[in-house]
Amino acid sequence: MPQIELNEVCLSYFTLKQETEALRDINLSIEPGEFISIVGPSGCGKSTLLSLISGMVKPTKGKVMIDGQEVSGTSPKVGYMLQHDHLFEWRDILSNLLVGAEIRKMDRKKAERKALELMERYGLGGFERHSPAQLSGGMRQRVALIRTLVTEPDIMLLDEPFSALDYQTRLTLSDEIFNIIKDQGKTAILVTHDISEAISMADRVMVMSKRPSTISSVYTMLFDEGAYLSPWKKREAGRYHVYFNAIWKELEGHVVSTG
Amino acid sequence: MSSLPARESSAVLSEQRTEQPAVALISNKSASPQYAAYLRLQKRKLWLIRLSRIAVFVLFLAIWELAAAMQWVNPMLTSRPSSMVTAFQELAFEGELFRHTWITGLETIIGIVVSMVLGTLIAVLFWWSTFASRVLEPYVVVLNALPKVALGPIFYIWLGDRYSVYGMAVAISIIVTIIMIESGFKEISKTKLKLMESFGATRSQMLTMVLLPASVPNFIATLKVNVGLTLVGVIMGEFLSSKAGLGYLITYGGQVFQMNMVMVSIAMLALLSIVLYSLVDLLGRYALKKNHYE
Repeated sequence: MPQIELNEVCLSYFTLKQETEALRDINLSIEPGEFISIVGPSGCGKSTLLSLISGMVKPTKGKVMIDGQEVSGTSPKVGYMLQHDHLFEWRDILSNLLVGAEIRKMDRKKAERKALELMERYGLGGFERHSPAQLSGGMRQRVALIRTLVTEPDIMLLDEPFSALDYQTRLTLSDEIFNIIKDQGKTAILVTHDISEAISMADRVMVMSKRPSTISSVYTMLFDEGAYLSPWKKREAGRYHVYFNAIWKELEGHVVSTG
Repeated sequence: MSSLPARESSAVLSEQRTEQPAVALISNKSASPQYAAYLRLQKRKLWLIRLSRIAVFVLFLAIWELAAAMQWVNPMLTSRPSSMVTAFQELAFEGELFRHTWITGLETIIGIVVSMVLGTLIAVLFWWSTFASRVLEPYVVVLNALPKVALGPIFYIWLGDRYSVYGMAVAISIIVTIIMIESGFKEISKTKLKLMESFGATRSQMLTMVLLPASVPNFIATLKVNVGLTLVGVIMGEFLSSKAGLGYLITYGGQVFQMNMVMVSIAMLALLSIVLYSLVDLLGRYALKKNHYE
């Protein structure tokens, strides 16, 4: 059974002046443990799609299902990682990690143990009492990921989590985050406008069209070098450029037809 | 992490290294002679500023005294520092100057606390209910523009001569408090609240976990503005109705043509505002430190 399913999902925004159709007839089915990337022209509603899955936005038409149940609000099964880390300056790192657990009223001792274990495991050991300002951008984004992992979601929604970072940190961190997510066995959906990032991290890349957006095509990433490559290795793999060029051409088509 | 253990650890190490604030690396012991000279120069400049401040004050008093002594101005109208000292002694021992100062100070502190608490509650209400905020918005605008002094007689009739002072103090400072705190709430990034929402946070969790702690610097700024405004309100209230306080002493001194009393009261008022401002400043530093803002 697919873990995430979208059936004929439409979404329109209403303002006093006009009605804007953002998404039209989105059909989507994601298996547990899959890593999906979504690329598309800017403003096409990629992030909106994540908001729908997270339950923060309700579809105008159609159904969003997680584990066979219709989504009716935010659920502990889904973790959301945003473009900026949004660590709270007034809390130290450890208590930032416990924000989600605190909101969900999880057992504090257990959450704290989990947070410390994840910090140790993913290279943040010893930074519990540091303030967010003392950490580099890459470390802060890793803290943001762990903050989500502490609440033990099955599904991770990643909304351009690397776009605020410099290129070098970006490459390193995408490797790290990919490994963490695979290591934890989570299902992940990554929204990005970076084609290379999309290809190197995902099992499948979905391309969205301009507004009103639909999923215009889906590419399954298959490399001759093996099934379990790190993003770094995939960037060096033979078929990488084939996928890159195909997706580039398709996106270019969407952009031109917008103009 | 299994795929890149080496890179991982080196990245963390280099990040730790850059974390050291640059200033801490240069301790005074290892400072170069040029740096020592720079420090000396800066220190000298600082002292020059401090001394000049005192000099301005002393010069001001000296010219005042001289002008009165040489009859350039009429000391009946301007008073003079030397007779202010005598007047201070008289007032302090017989005229209950300190009691009046204490009363004004206490009224101000109570006024500040009341308008901070009430103002914050109203700002929270406006954040909580967009409906309430939109309904009440024009009233806040009008009340902000209205000169609160005009309400003096109303407070006097409703609250009596003692409590009308608080009415005036709160009336003057609460509207600004509401506006400042509310705009502070609005500046807190929407995405921080989106993060909270993604964890399924309720509105009261957003309030206590994000809005209030994120507003600490804004609370302190508001508090500092309120020291000045509430003092205006308290003195205004005392002018209008009260039987005690520095505002009362100033009007009384004016009515009996005792410029010494007026001047001494004003000097005490200046002193009081310095003390209150310093208290708020200390409180602010403590709150910022406690909330990791420094």
